[in-house]
Amino acid sequence: MIQINQLNKSFGDLHVLKGIDMTVYESDVVCLIGSSGSGKSTLLRCLNFLERKDNGHIIIEGNEVNPKTDDLNKIREKVGMVFQNFNLFPHKTVLENIIEAPIMVKGVDKEKAIIKAKELLEKVGLEDKADVYPSKLSGGQKQRVAIARALAMEPDIMLFDEPTSALDPELVGEVLTTMKDLAEEGMTMVVVTHEMGFAREVADWIVYMHDGKIVERGTPEQFFDHPKEERTREFLMATMLK
Amino acid sequence: MPSFSHFFNILIETKGVFFKAMLITLELTVVSILLGIVIGLVFALFKISNIKILQYISNIYVYLVRGTPLIVQIFILYFGISGIFLLPDFWAASLALALHNGAYISEILRGAIQSVDKGQFEAGRSLGMTKTLTLRRIILPQAFRLALPPLGNQFIISLKDSSLAAFISMNELFNVATTLGSNNFDEMTYLLIVAVYYLLLVALMTFVVNRIELKLAVSDR
Repeated sequence: MIQINQLNKSFGDLHVLKGIDMTVYESDVVCLIGSSGSGKSTLLRCLNFLERKDNGHIIIEGNEVNPKTDDLNKIREKVGMVFQNFNLFPHKTVLENIIEAPIMVKGVDKEKAIIKAKELLEKVGLEDKADVYPSKLSGGQKQRVAIARALAMEPDIMLFDEPTSALDPELVGEVLTTMKDLAEEGMTMVVVTHEMGFAREVADWIVYMHDGKIVERGTPEQFFDHPKEERTREFLMATMLK
Repeated sequence: MPSFSHFFNILIETKGVFFKAMLITLELTVVSILLGIVIGLVFALFKISNIKILQYISNIYVYLVRGTPLIVQIFILYFGISGIFLLPDFWAASLALALHNGAYISEILRGAIQSVDKGQFEAGRSLGMTKTLTLRRIILPQAFRLALPPLGNQFIISLKDSSLAAFISMNELFNVATTLGSNNFDEMTYLLIVAVYYLLLVALMTFVVNRIELKLAVSDR
C-alpha cells in the first residue's frame, strides 16, 4: 500500500535517512522504534510529505508520488497524522476542530459533518466534550480528540508521531486503548513510539531504526524474543533495564 | 498661568466646537487604523511569502515609511496628489495615516503570524488543507489574538498622529485648539483643554481594546 525505496533525507550536513526501504500493507500496524535521532520521526513525516525527501521513491497504492507535480494536499487527505503535541486548534471547540477539515477541504455538508464528528467523539469516549475548548482538556483527552479529528477525514492510513510521549503516565493508557481499538478495526497504522508494551501487543511489524538506517524488522515475537542483530540486542537490553 | 475657574469656563464654553473636532479626530483615527490593518496584512503576507520580489516590495515599503517623518509623508501625499486630481482633505489625511500605520502594522502582524506554533500549520496541512486555507482558518485568527496588544498600542499612536492633519487644514482637535488659542491670545488654556480631550479618547480606546482582548480570551489559550 505504501512502499518506500532507497529514501534519503538530509537536513543540511546531517544525513538523517540513509537509503530506507520499507513496505506497509493494508491493515498493517507498523511500529517504528529506535533512540532519538534515529530518523524515525523524519521517516514518518516523509510519508505524508511534511518533510521532503532528497531522493528515493515513495509509492502509494501503486503510484509513485512526484512531490513537484502531484497534488500533495489530496494525498494528505488520505493520510491522517497524530502529533506528539496534539496540535489542536485552540480557538475552536472540540467539535469545531473535528468538523473543520471535512467541511473546508472536502466540502462535506455541515450537518453531516457534525453527526460524523459526534460519532467519532463517542468512539474515543469524549461525546460530552463536544463544545469544550481544548485548553480545558487533559493531555489524554486532547490526544483522543486529535485522533478523532484525523479520523474525520476518513483516511486510508494513520500516522502517529510519538502520540503518548508528552502525556502523564496515567493518561497514556486511554490513548493506547483508543489506538488498539483502531488497529482491531483494520486501520493501517504507522506508529513511532517508545511504548514497547503497546508495540509488542498491537503491532504486526516492528521496525527498529538506528542512525538513519533500518537495523532490523520482524514480527513482535521475532523482534523481542529472537533479535538477529547485535545492535538490536543492545537496544532491547537498554530499554528493558528501565 | 490661567486660573482653574478660567480653564473650566472655557472648557464648558467650547465643548460644542471641540466635540465636532473630536469626531473628526476619531474618524481619521478609525479609518486610518482599519485601512492600515488591511494594508499591513497585505504587506505582512508579502513578507512571509516565498516570493522574493514580494518580500522586496514589502521591505522597501516598510523602510520608506519608517524612514521618513509622518508630517513629510502627509505633505507629499496632500500636495503631490492634489497636483494630479482633487482629493478631499479627509481622504488625503486618512490615506497618508493609513499608509503610515500600515508599515508598522505589517511588522506587528508578521511577528504575530510567525509566533503561532508551527505545529498548528502542520496540523492543518496534515488534514489536507492548503497553505492558504490553513493560513486563513487556523493561523490568522490566532495571530490576530497575539497581535492585539501591539495593535492597541498602534491605535493610540495613530490617534495622536492624527493631530498632524492640522497642517493640511483638517479641523481636528489640535488645529481647533491652536486656532482658538491664538485667536483669543490664550494658547495655554486651549492646549490644556485639548490635552484633556486626547486623554479621554485614549482612555476610551484602551477600554475598548481591553474588552476585545477579554472577549477573544474565551478560548483561553
